Amino acid sequence: MDTDSDVLLEVKGLRTRFRTDDADVTAVNGANLRLRRGRTLCVVGESGCGKSVTARSILRLIDPPGRIVDGEILLRRDGSDGRPAETIDLAALKPTGRRIREIRGRDIAMIFQEPMASLSLVHRVGNQIGEAIRVHNPMPRRQARQRVLELLDQVEIPNPERTIDAYPFQLSGGMRQRVMIAMALSCSPRLLIADEPTTALDVTTQAQIMDLLVGLQHQQDMALMFITHDMGVVAEMADDVAVMYLGHVVEKGPVDTIFHDPKHPYTRALLDSIPRIGGARRERLSTIRGTVPAPADQPSGCVFRDRCDFVMPGRCDRIVPPPIDLGPERHVRCLLHGGAEPEAEVTTSQEAADAG
Amino acid sequence: MRIPLLTAGSRRARSRSTEDDTDGRTAVAPQWKLVLRRFRKHRLAMASAVIVVMFALVGVFAEFVAPTTPSDYSADHTHAPPQRLHFVDTTDGVDLGLYVHGYESTRDEETLAREFTVDEDHKIPVGFFVRGEPYEMWGLFGTDRHLIGPEDPDERMYLLGADRNGRDMLSRIVYGTRVSLSIGLAGVALSFVFGIVLGGISGYVGGRTDTLIQRAIELLMSIPTIPLWMGLSAAVPREWGPLQTYFAITVILSLVGWTDLARVVRGRFLSLREEDFVLAARLDGCGPARVIGRHMLPSFTSHIIASLTLSIPLMILAETALSFLGLGLQPPVVSWGVLLQEAQNIHSIANSPWVLLPGVAVTVAVLVLNFVGDGIRDSADPYR
Amino acid sequence: MWAFVTRRLLYMIPTLFVISLVSFAIIQLPPGNFINTFVAELRAQGQGVDNAQVRALEERYGLDDPFLVQYGKWISGILLHGDFGQSFQYQRPVSDLIWDRIGLTLVLAVCTTLLSWAIAFPIGVYSAVRQHSVGDYVFTFIGFIGLATPNFMLALIFVWISFRYMGESVGGIVSPEYADAAWNLGKVLDVVSNLWIPVLIIGTAGTATLIRVLRANLLDELRKPYVTTARAKGLPEWRVILKYPVRMALSPFISTIGWILPTLIGGEVMVSIVVSLETTGPLLLDALSSQDMYLAGSFILILATLTVIGTLLSDLLLALWDPRIRHAQTAKG
Ligand SMILES: Nc1ncnc2c1ncn2[C@@H]1O[C@H](COP(=O)(O)OP(=O)(O)OP(=O)(O)O)[C@@H](O)[C@H]1O
Ligand SMILES: [Mg+2]
Repeated sequence: MDTDSDVLLEVKGLRTRFRTDDADVTAVNGANLRLRRGRTLCVVGESGCGKSVTARSILRLIDPPGRIVDGEILLRRDGSDGRPAETIDLAALKPTGRRIREIRGRDIAMIFQEPMASLSLVHRVGNQIGEAIRVHNPMPRRQARQRVLELLDQVEIPNPERTIDAYPFQLSGGMRQRVMIAMALSCSPRLLIADEPTTALDVTTQAQIMDLLVGLQHQQDMALMFITHDMGVVAEMADDVAVMYLGHVVEKGPVDTIFHDPKHPYTRALLDSIPRIGGARRERLSTIRGTVPAPADQPSGCVFRDRCDFVMPGRCDRIVPPPIDLGPERHVRCLLHGGAEPEAEVTTSQEAADAG
Repeated sequence: MRIPLLTAGSRRARSRSTEDDTDGRTAVAPQWKLVLRRFRKHRLAMASAVIVVMFALVGVFAEFVAPTTPSDYSADHTHAPPQRLHFVDTTDGVDLGLYVHGYESTRDEETLAREFTVDEDHKIPVGFFVRGEPYEMWGLFGTDRHLIGPEDPDERMYLLGADRNGRDMLSRIVYGTRVSLSIGLAGVALSFVFGIVLGGISGYVGGRTDTLIQRAIELLMSIPTIPLWMGLSAAVPREWGPLQTYFAITVILSLVGWTDLARVVRGRFLSLREEDFVLAARLDGCGPARVIGRHMLPSFTSHIIASLTLSIPLMILAETALSFLGLGLQPPVVSWGVLLQEAQNIHSIANSPWVLLPGVAVTVAVLVLNFVGDGIRDSADPYR
Repeated sequence: MWAFVTRRLLYMIPTLFVISLVSFAIIQLPPGNFINTFVAELRAQGQGVDNAQVRALEERYGLDDPFLVQYGKWISGILLHGDFGQSFQYQRPVSDLIWDRIGLTLVLAVCTTLLSWAIAFPIGVYSAVRQHSVGDYVFTFIGFIGLATPNFMLALIFVWISFRYMGESVGGIVSPEYADAAWNLGKVLDVVSNLWIPVLIIGTAGTATLIRVLRANLLDELRKPYVTTARAKGLPEWRVILKYPVRMALSPFISTIGWILPTLIGGEVMVSIVVSLETTGPLLLDALSSQDMYLAGSFILILATLTVIGTLLSDLLLALWDPRIRHAQTAKG
């Protein structure tokens, strides 16, 4: 098991809320995450469960009316890059302040969901990447341009000399995402957050982009937080997995244990919905019963109980499941595994094992 | 073929309405009810709507609301200043009741201009539903009841001052409300016909017809409107009667003003044409008239109402400008623009600034109509 | 880009053709033959008009010809000889009368456009970035009032205030003491001091529109993902806003200029009439009221042409400003 010095970023009890005239949406409700150097954490969950909001909260990029109302986001600097070793609580910084700006792009970089909309269409590629370099390492334009060319080459863009002077609307979706990656890597960040970087791309391009990301991660020894709702991608990329549901991290742990021994009914349901090659032809994929409730009216107690096949009436609707420690780096938030009466745990976990 | 399309459309529609509002009630409410509900939340727009209704009432019941008739003059009250309406008389004890003070006028020997001072001793009681100048209500029946006025029909009341001929500004502005608002409405109604027909054709048919109509619109829009309006209205023969002139001016205003509306209609048609449910209706075998009438029109009525509301003020402004220049309506017709003609004389403005008051009426009317129009537009489409 | 410019220039030809037709139609609209009116007027003043002169005039304008032939003579006179015809009222060629005035109108329009931009840009950006702040509400409210008040009304209020409180009656671009002086610094300053208020008045409605357009655009743009990307790079907030969303929001803002121009010219006409500036406004009104139709028609033609040119310029500016438009146009052309 790795030591604590590997931990780059730790999210503790993060709560992000959107307050609008007619509703109060807690998009992230007490999330705990840990990101380690050189490892990939995959965050999975259905659309709207708060993955993007978690990621943006880390970089303090939540637009009003959103606000971090509770929790800590601890960034550990080990002092290897000449800056003093220290631990910074990002949640306590001013979202427009100088401190967080120094962290953005330099310590933590981010790649966004839609490569189409995430680049400015009226500025040249070279300008947008060069700016990202120069904001943290002031250098002459010429030198920055050289560095941009290197970066474009690094993200395997054919013909960097042409691309550098192109506008994003002249590039294909895959190329734009590569440009985004080049931009994110421009200051050699120690953590890269990729928010569904491949969702908008076709399958072949998806695979290429993921290969590229994995390669770069190993090369630079970065931590990678990879957001997706595709369990197939998780199986391929993850070292660790965090499963989110309605703003809660319901289960997390190393990828093997999650796939081979899922504890939370939601995780199990997610795994059941992956099509398997070689599976029985006629067999229908199972889907999860019901739909995600609107974040504004969260159920009391366990948030998943309305759709859960193992719901325990009288308990799940009353007790908010606490995180249960199931071994090193392995947590689940489900009353089936504890947090309620002890005998309940025994019987149902037996049942659960049968079902799984 | 048809079935997947329909389900795709309805699924999209469902997901959109759940985004709209999360409670189930809203999802089934008809479009206009949603719009109305959102509009009610717009405080500024609601307040403005109330004022618009008041303007409309004043216009409709102008004869009754005005303290006197617009042509009722008094040579002794040339440019008499506005009187203050008092509510309580405290000169000896407290005496509740409306009243104004009379004038004492002197004539300046040199300039022959009248100078007015308030005559504190002369108290003119003011009442509601009083008898005054006789008039014909809507040209239907004669009466002499006025909403407000001096209790003694022989006394004169000038709450907003008097013009060059000693006519009551308030009454004239009230009568002007009818003409100015109605010409705005009529102009918009006419532009609406032009706009919806041409914009609709342009957006629905598309192709070469669309290009042709769009070029025509661009052309009309590139001509500076005021000179164009001036040129057209100068061609209206002077000897035409008030009613003919009124119609001529309305037609001229709408000839120039339909372009915006046509653009809005076309834009909406174009975006709607691509929507699934229209395609579905088309594949169902509905003819174009039915597709337009039953499926496309209802879904953007609120947009059109918003655009209409926003074009009324433009018409009002245009009529005011033309009449002010003497190219629009002519006296004895009373519109805000005609009333402002009196302000062309610098001495009138300098000595009796209340001749500018019709302009204030214009500003307020235009302002509230804009607020209402914006409110409707926001409520019709909160995502834009 | 050059293909685009050429294409736009070619597009202008049919537009200008139709505009000239419309202008000529306006000349022809008033009932009666204006030479008759003119001759009758002269005779009423006790002047003898010799028949040869009348016939010469009728010959020249081809008054008995059908509409299109008359139009042909009129337009070829303009195109070939710069001859806009004769003003009946002033008994002078139209071209002698209008160019000075058109020039002043142009100066006013350009000044007003520049001033409107200079005012609208910072206010629009501020209102959007600080949405719902007190400043935003104040500017929005003032903007609405500016939109709702006819600009001749503003001019009237200005006339009243300057007469009442400064004891001077306004009017004129060049003060009497400089009327015959050659151009020097004093005269320029004098003109500026006479012009800045009319420019403000003419520009009010346009400025208010520009502020609204910019604010709305910028509010849309501020929520776009590319702004978040820029923030995620670690750029200072003001640099993020000015470089990315403002840049995008200005595109529709620039295309607005094309249709602000007709409004500006209209406003200029109205305001000049009220504060009696020696621009097109008063002369056009005069020409229209006295049915001096060649004069009026030429004004309308020239003003419309200028507007079309202005629109063209704003389109070119937009193409320079927005690479997407430039590339789309180049691809097409
Ligand atoms: N600007 C906002 N205003 C109000 N609510 C918001 C806002 N942004 C996000 N939310 C809420 O936060 C919830 C989580 O959103 P988020 O974007 O994190 O979902 P996600 O897990 O990234 O989904 P997806 O897979 O679709 O990207 C949403 O359900 C939404 O209700
Ligand atoms: Mg997301």
